Amino acid sequence: MHPRTLLDKIWSAHEVAAESADHPAILYIDRHLVHEVTSPQAFTELRQRGLRVRRPDKTFATLDHSIPTDARREAYVDDQARLQVETLRRNCRDFGVELFDLGSSTQGIIHVIAPELGLTLPGQTIVCGDSHTSTHGAFGALAFGIGTSEVGHVLATQCLLQKKPKTLAVHVEGQLGRGVTAKDLILAIIQKLGSGGGTGYVLEYRGPAIEALDMEARMTLCNMSIEAGAKAGLIAPDERTFAWLRSRRYAPAESAWEGAVTAWRQLRSDVGAVFDREIYMDAHAIAPMVTFGTSPDQSVGIQDHVPTDDHLQGALQYMRWQPGQKVEGVPIDVVFIGSCTNSRITDLRAAAKILKGRHAAPGLRLMIVPGSVEVKRQAEVEGLAKIFLEAGAEWREPGCSMCIAMNGDQLQPGQLAVSTSNRNFAGRQGKGSRTILASPLTAAASAVTGHLTDPRVFLL
Amino acid sequence: MQAFHKLCSAFITLPMENIDTDQIIPARFLKQTHREGLGEALFYDWRYEANGQPKPDQVLNQKAGQDYEILVAGRNFGCGSSREHAVWALQGYGFRVIISPSIGDIFKSNALKNGLLPIEVDAPFYERIRAQEVGALFIDLEKQEVKLASGEIQTFSIDSFARLCLLKGVDQLGYLVGMDEAIGSFERRAL
Repeated sequence: MHPRTLLDKIWSAHEVAAESADHPAILYIDRHLVHEVTSPQAFTELRQRGLRVRRPDKTFATLDHSIPTDARREAYVDDQARLQVETLRRNCRDFGVELFDLGSSTQGIIHVIAPELGLTLPGQTIVCGDSHTSTHGAFGALAFGIGTSEVGHVLATQCLLQKKPKTLAVHVEGQLGRGVTAKDLILAIIQKLGSGGGTGYVLEYRGPAIEALDMEARMTLCNMSIEAGAKAGLIAPDERTFAWLRSRRYAPAESAWEGAVTAWRQLRSDVGAVFDREIYMDAHAIAPMVTFGTSPDQSVGIQDHVPTDDHLQGALQYMRWQPGQKVEGVPIDVVFIGSCTNSRITDLRAAAKILKGRHAAPGLRLMIVPGSVEVKRQAEVEGLAKIFLEAGAEWREPGCSMCIAMNGDQLQPGQLAVSTSNRNFAGRQGKGSRTILASPLTAAASAVTGHLTDPRVFLL
Repeated sequence: MQAFHKLCSAFITLPMENIDTDQIIPARFLKQTHREGLGEALFYDWRYEANGQPKPDQVLNQKAGQDYEILVAGRNFGCGSSREHAVWALQGYGFRVIISPSIGDIFKSNALKNGLLPIEVDAPFYERIRAQEVGALFIDLEKQEVKLASGEIQTFSIDSFARLCLLKGVDQLGYLVGMDEAIGSFERRAL
């Protein structure tokens, strides 16, 4: 048989109808994840047409974007946010969709809880009205973000009209150095590809450096595939993947486990499979990365200087850098550790390693927002929460929080933050806000010193 | 969905590259539960002062309500989040066509679902559009052509099914709902 890529295998297993000259393929969706912001208009569409949700058993919802992250969980930023939350609750009730609501032990950022619950499984197709759905590719699932119209399509038919994307293999040789994380790796990959360089492709991350990553790190990597414009990110599942998923709530039961794993072992690109494009990276050569501009591809190693290129002038002006300025040492106002990119237990452990026995710099605001109720519970059991509180951090409730800044958690105009989130767009974290994207290690180190800091000095 | 055949319109140019959906519609405007009324919030942080007063010298404010139905923008327009609100806001302002050397995947898909026509042209043609200081552009979806005032034409590619839906003014949900039997048969066979 002709050697096939991982994408080929998942795609062909989900074709209700193949692509023709007149029509895109009809692709079946195994898991539809829903949140309050991109779903209300889709449910309205169903009501107007008298349609039901075709497969409520494959549809799962939570609240994450608009909700407060302080202890008063229903203290919404405004009535519109409250209405949006109430609307999702009503839609889930009316259409029979399971909702991981505020106050439950399963609530959290959708891309954190779905893997945690074992909803994300190898070989699946997964969609959500959220561009960071690419996260789930870490498990060898084809997962991508869709708009509200397509949310309606999946609710009504469990299918999408899709053209098959191209494949781009990202080979990463060697191993990441001490203090260098999956976040630094993906920022380096995005820098190499450019913010539109992955458009039309599914990125398959391969090679020794990828195989060495734990599942949380793989999620961080796949999460930001969209920041290179890619449709999705993919990593072939392996024994680490299977062990991570075993006995999670929605994962196959013990009686079916061996059968499932046997099937999942087939989910890798065959030897000799041809990719449309390939790039090579050397993990050894990557330093802790930070963004300096207003697009996620505008990054440098933390020991480097801000570039002087003419086309970056607008971004540098917005961010208030001098061309050629050294990035390390710039004073910062806020550190945000959270988001679907970096709010998992391993991220919090990394931050705690640096924050333990130390305190945030005077006047600096340090916000730590766990990705889910489960992550929060685990961090409290492990004593991480105590370390954070003693370091002067705000230890908040799970949600998207200051990554998208639509729930009231936001920067003041002009403030500069080091954030573990995924987008440094102008105004992303509040009107006039300035964002430096970095790893949890770099964020924690910078919180301690009050200026952008190479975390490796704390890890000697 | 409104059908799209031909359009002749003046255009507004935003030459910046990588205009992301957070610029098109900031996240704080995503809390509404309906589609309508987002035109005022389009590019909000570019168009309004901190006190909410419109900036008089901002091009989108100067030309609001004047039948500019084409937006010409720099490379990688609509990158970033999946928010369909970006499309609704552009339509709310009055745009029916977006032209750029490249357009983000999810944005493009969202635009096509709503009757907003996304057109990718090559970089030299984009530069010639920008150089054309006054006048209109002519769009013909049937022929898949963009024509400059000078008469120069570039053809563009578009998914054939999406094109048909736009020409007929029908949305894609109806088609998918009509595939119920094939979907049911897949579910019995594969699940």
